Amino acid sequence: MNITLKIWRQKNEHAKGKFVTYKLDDVSKEMTFLEMLDYLNEKLIKEGNDPVAFDSDCREGICGMCGLYINGRPNGPKKGVTACQLSMSVFKDGDTITVEPWRAKAFPVIKDLIVNRNAFDKIIQVGGYISVTTGSAPEANSIPVKKENAERAFDSGICIGCGACVAACKNASAMLFIGAKVSQLALLPQGRVEAKERVKTMVAKMDELGFGNCSNTGACEAECPKEIKLTNIARLNREFYKANLS
Amino acid sequence: MSRFLGSSITKKITMALLGLFLILFLPVHLGINFLLLKSDPEPFNKAAHFMATFWLIKGFEVLLLASFLLHIFYGIFLQIQNWLARGKQYKITNYSQTSFFSKFMIWTGLIIFIFLIIHFMNFYFIKIGWVQGDPENFYGVAHQLFKIPAYIILYIFSFLILGFHLAHAFWSAFQTLGWNTTVLSLVFKGLGTLFAILIPLGFTIIPLVIFFTK
Amino acid sequence: MVTLNSKIPEGPLAEKWSNHKASIKLVNPANKKKLDIIVVGAGASGASAAATLAELGYNVKVYCFQDSSRRAHSIASQGGINATKNYKNDGDSDYRLFYDMIKGGDFRAREANVYRLAEISNNVIDQYVAQGVPFAREYSGYLTTRSFGGVQVSRTFYAQGQTGQQCTLAAYQALMRQINAGKAKMFTRRDVLDLVVINGKARGIITRNLITGEIERHSAHAVVFATGGYGTVYYLSTLAINSNVTAAMAAFRKGALFANPSMAQIHPTCIPVLNEYQSKLTLMSESLRNDGRVWVPKKKGDKRPANEIPEEERDYYLERRYPAFGNLVPRDVASRAAKERCDAGYGVGETGLSVYLDFKDAINIQGKETIAGKYGNLFDLYLKITGINPYKEPMRIYPAAHYTMGGLWVDYNLMTTIPGLYAIGEANFSDHGSNRLGASSLLQCSADGYFILPVTIGDYLADEIKTPKISTDTPEFEKAEKAVKEKLNKLLSVKGTQTVTSFHKRLGHILWSYSGMIKNENGLKKAFKLVSELKEEFWKNVKIPGGLNELNHELEKASRVADFFDVAKLIITDALDRKESCGAHFREEYQTEEGEPKRDDKNYSYVSAWEYTGEDKPPKLNKEELKFKYVKVTERSYK
Repeated sequence: MNITLKIWRQKNEHAKGKFVTYKLDDVSKEMTFLEMLDYLNEKLIKEGNDPVAFDSDCREGICGMCGLYINGRPNGPKKGVTACQLSMSVFKDGDTITVEPWRAKAFPVIKDLIVNRNAFDKIIQVGGYISVTTGSAPEANSIPVKKENAERAFDSGICIGCGACVAACKNASAMLFIGAKVSQLALLPQGRVEAKERVKTMVAKMDELGFGNCSNTGACEAECPKEIKLTNIARLNREFYKANLS
Repeated sequence: MSRFLGSSITKKITMALLGLFLILFLPVHLGINFLLLKSDPEPFNKAAHFMATFWLIKGFEVLLLASFLLHIFYGIFLQIQNWLARGKQYKITNYSQTSFFSKFMIWTGLIIFIFLIIHFMNFYFIKIGWVQGDPENFYGVAHQLFKIPAYIILYIFSFLILGFHLAHAFWSAFQTLGWNTTVLSLVFKGLGTLFAILIPLGFTIIPLVIFFTK
Repeated sequence: MVTLNSKIPEGPLAEKWSNHKASIKLVNPANKKKLDIIVVGAGASGASAAATLAELGYNVKVYCFQDSSRRAHSIASQGGINATKNYKNDGDSDYRLFYDMIKGGDFRAREANVYRLAEISNNVIDQYVAQGVPFAREYSGYLTTRSFGGVQVSRTFYAQGQTGQQCTLAAYQALMRQINAGKAKMFTRRDVLDLVVINGKARGIITRNLITGEIERHSAHAVVFATGGYGTVYYLSTLAINSNVTAAMAAFRKGALFANPSMAQIHPTCIPVLNEYQSKLTLMSESLRNDGRVWVPKKKGDKRPANEIPEEERDYYLERRYPAFGNLVPRDVASRAAKERCDAGYGVGETGLSVYLDFKDAINIQGKETIAGKYGNLFDLYLKITGINPYKEPMRIYPAAHYTMGGLWVDYNLMTTIPGLYAIGEANFSDHGSNRLGASSLLQCSADGYFILPVTIGDYLADEIKTPKISTDTPEFEKAEKAVKEKLNKLLSVKGTQTVTSFHKRLGHILWSYSGMIKNENGLKKAFKLVSELKEEFWKNVKIPGGLNELNHELEKASRVADFFDVAKLIITDALDRKESCGAHFREEYQTEEGEPKRDDKNYSYVSAWEYTGEDKPPKLNKEELKFKYVKVTERSYK
């Protein structure tokens, strides 16, 4: 399969970047998108060129390290996958693929396709947890949790912190990321105790870090590799005014 | 408290509440507009007169105007923040998977704002004396305007845009207010779509009927 | 010469840990504030240790190569976490979990350590539940469990197929909380390239800032390595592609012993290799074997689609060979059995290198919904990768390199032979003997991080309260930094023709072929020669673009692969030395007539702890004899 790649190259955070075109003429449909980039890099190295820098680690869609803006969509045209799970079989012979880094003021580019997602850690730091000191936990079954709530908390808790929601949002809003964590913990009795303070601090941090405002476009839900639902944002809003008005 | 007032979510909730308030006004306005279809100008003019003079409505009017301005102000303010939040733009963006109208709220909003100014020039400004005209005969003013094809096209276009705005706005307001679950979301989306079709349809039928029958 | 003192406390098995806790030295809160601890690695064990140490009042500095602690590969653990709650009332107890693990590890682990793990298991579950891990529950709201390979009770707590993710995130969040409190500091995108030892004590590390390329010095009163396993030495493995052994090898070169390096677990249920470009293998949780039945066609080379092969022509070989445990035999047994069938020509799929894992019967009996509730996300993952829908057709699976039981040798306090250097989680040689049972890894990581290390490290630090802040301006730091720079510059100066990855692939291939599921003396000797040659070639012909002072992934990879050669040699050396079969270590020469591993307890009932003697010099073997007082050492049978 012949593929033309237009890839964003940027030497470092302060450098001015540009798109560079690469042609690959023997791409296999069996490759994943990142394996295709590996393949390109092997070629570039052999030719004495600088390989394309991109993040990846687990390569099974769970660590959240990879994330590329492929042909105008986070992680390409397939729903519910990370870049490492995207198969090249979704592309056709002769396709041109444009690859860009996540674009958000809160996620500055480090090099080529690598961005700094430290902002997510900073948001978790101010409240994305239940403050239980090791050793002080009660017997596990002393806190019954409705099965339905445990399952919903799980559905919110599977966020991998990859940033695709921010990348997809036309406003670069991080509401789905925060909504998922706030929801997970708010749905569990263990997490209710701190629910008010948590939502206040996390939202304040989000605003401070320069993410945009949610305008309910639903792009985050559509592009989330873990298919986390927009209802998490509704719950975040609810938790937010409940926390402030009571 | 300042953390609450300054928060992005508070701004969003304010937008939503103002929006819903403005939405409430639309069916009332439409109801009065239907009186334009009567051949007797009296009921419409009476209604207009009542709206213009009754003290409660006058108070309401101030509130409505304030809401409009605040809604517009916040809309623009949030939009600028949103543009800044992206930083460098993407080369290619592909919106296929998401709610279409939600992408253009600022533009549909601004078009509605321009229409409102024109609308005000025709009616409201007459009432408050900024523009020449007969404030006791809005029926006549309306019928005159609805004889001008260009005006009708502008009018219909504006309501089409209002429909686009409402198509996202109605559901979005409830989402922002947190009244969304998987089931509720479908209900509000359905109601929103219905509202976004019926209201503009009602408004645009009136000039068309007047133009073709009178 | 090192003397191995495992420091196992006196007293009856069940009282050792409490006695030990009651008798070791403590550091008072005021003094904890003056003590710095470095934690390398921030997964389930590193993050939980760092968070707990910070809660106790120590100043903690945490290092990881990823951009966040949340990326650590513990996140990929799927199936669950064992505990002896006995909620199912099926006769579980601390002793039974202890026994299952000792037996599962084929009697090559320390009794006292394993018992402690069983004892702590319930605290681990309590901790995670309190932190908000959404474990599976009954309609009553109480926790539920499932069973796992190698055991006959149901003791595995789980959050669908993402238990590791949920637990790791809980630990990560606990760490983030301490960062917010100012008690812990996080250094992300750092490779730890050397350990600094001053006057015989671990006092710091040398790191490379992966963004700027700067070589940095960091000091502390004690150093904890929570750096995970070295399964990526096989190139294709279930590990994250950046997982590495560099920190552990640095410790090894500075005098820490490396124990049981050849004990590497090949996981039976992975998605088979699909093509030559593949960069990694994806695990399918062992929990699938609860309800899935493993089979191959009875006829050699049967190419019919799975659903067209009638029941009577299927060979459920695990159920046939091991009637008592059936599909739930331990991992090493299941892996070898799959390899045996495939090697004999019964394998399925295009390559013939896979077997079926079939859910037809489970779906018929329990209904699709129940099965989806248990494994839904695993089925989706499988469908995403292979395009095969496991609700309709059986999965195809094959073993893949997964977990390394071997690692840095530690005593009961989890301290290595370098005073002040601790190893926790998969990085130590730990508690799994020669084979790890499913759902014990998360247990061990978490137990080490939350409950063991934070207590035992006090015993060492109690004598350090008078030691002022460690200066990085010492000859030892100077020397270590210089050595790191030299090594990296040397790599950059090779300017050969072959890429780092090509070397890594070749190394992996050698190990997989000769030191994988089945080994023999000739093969191992050949492998040693091949690895030595490959290492030499690497240092002469590797091509690394870019420079030192920039983000340079190829340089990172090269520095890791350089260490993989050394650990590979260690793996082979250890495998050659152990002239017996036990657990995952299977030497063809030592097997029973039925093809089961044949242990030699008389000569090999020891932990092999290898000591560094110099670059490319044969390491020296130290033996820690294993004594079994509380279990009867028997043939490990699952029949």
